[in-house]
Amino acid sequence: MELFLKIAAAAAMIMLLIYLWPAFKHWQENGPKAQAGDWRAALLPLAGVVLFVVLLVLAVR
Amino acid sequence: MADSNYTLSRTHEQVLSSNKVLKNTYLLLSATLGFSALMAALSVALQLPSWMYLVSVIVAMVMGIFVLPRTANSAAGIGVIFAITGLLGLGLGSILTMYLALPHGPQTIATAFGGTATIFLALSAYALTSKRDFSFMGGFIFAGMMVVLIAIVANLFLAIPALSLTISAAIILLMSGFILFDTSRIINGGETNYIMATFSLYLSIFNIFISLLQILGIMGGDD
Repeated sequence: MELFLKIAAAAAMIMLLIYLWPAFKHWQENGPKAQAGDWRAALLPLAGVVLFVVLLVLAVR
Repeated sequence: MADSNYTLSRTHEQVLSSNKVLKNTYLLLSATLGFSALMAALSVALQLPSWMYLVSVIVAMVMGIFVLPRTANSAAGIGVIFAITGLLGLGLGSILTMYLALPHGPQTIATAFGGTATIFLALSAYALTSKRDFSFMGGFIFAGMMVVLIAIVANLFLAIPALSLTISAAIILLMSGFILFDTSRIINGGETNYIMATFSLYLSIFNIFISLLQILGIMGGDD
């Protein structure tokens, strides 16, 4: 039962990969390029998320 | 002068339209999250087995790929998104049942819940107030998603705990990126369908919660 579910889940994930492929190609080829300061503006909150998760981990230890 | 007025009124219309999509998205997101929580509570009450999680994720994924995009432009899309989120809630409940049986389970669940809410609210507020266009992240986060999906498929059979932890950490980062990306697309008119926008934000929240639960479970010594 468990192996059957794992195979079904793997098949669904591969299906999702195939489904996402056109979107991935579209964003790679036609997606807007980052302007100066864009990456910094995106990485700042993501770094905040990392720090927050580290704090949560320390809180439960 | 007439052209400038036309441009101004079009811009105003676009802003109104984006605000409407944003409002509808958050309303539907609240409703689907509430419904999902109800289904999760039902699942915990019924003590559904843990394999229910995989079944619900598989069925929700199939519905999300094949049914939702075809119904998202009609009223039927509302029913489909409630079906998907209800199913995911039911699956989530079976995971919560497992965690509730652990010594620090309730504390881990509460921390993961609070953490997810904080991450979502903070990132949404950041995207809404900065008004930046984060669509340049599209190629990067879709590429990251591909890599993570391949790693998930491999770990389904390999079951390596360290890889599982790495995948969870990567999912939290990727889904955080998706929250910035999706919210900025709604604000800038890139996403005009509130049902698809809700589905995308819901998946980000769901995945952050599940990944955070796993990380806190392992690091807290419960897993």
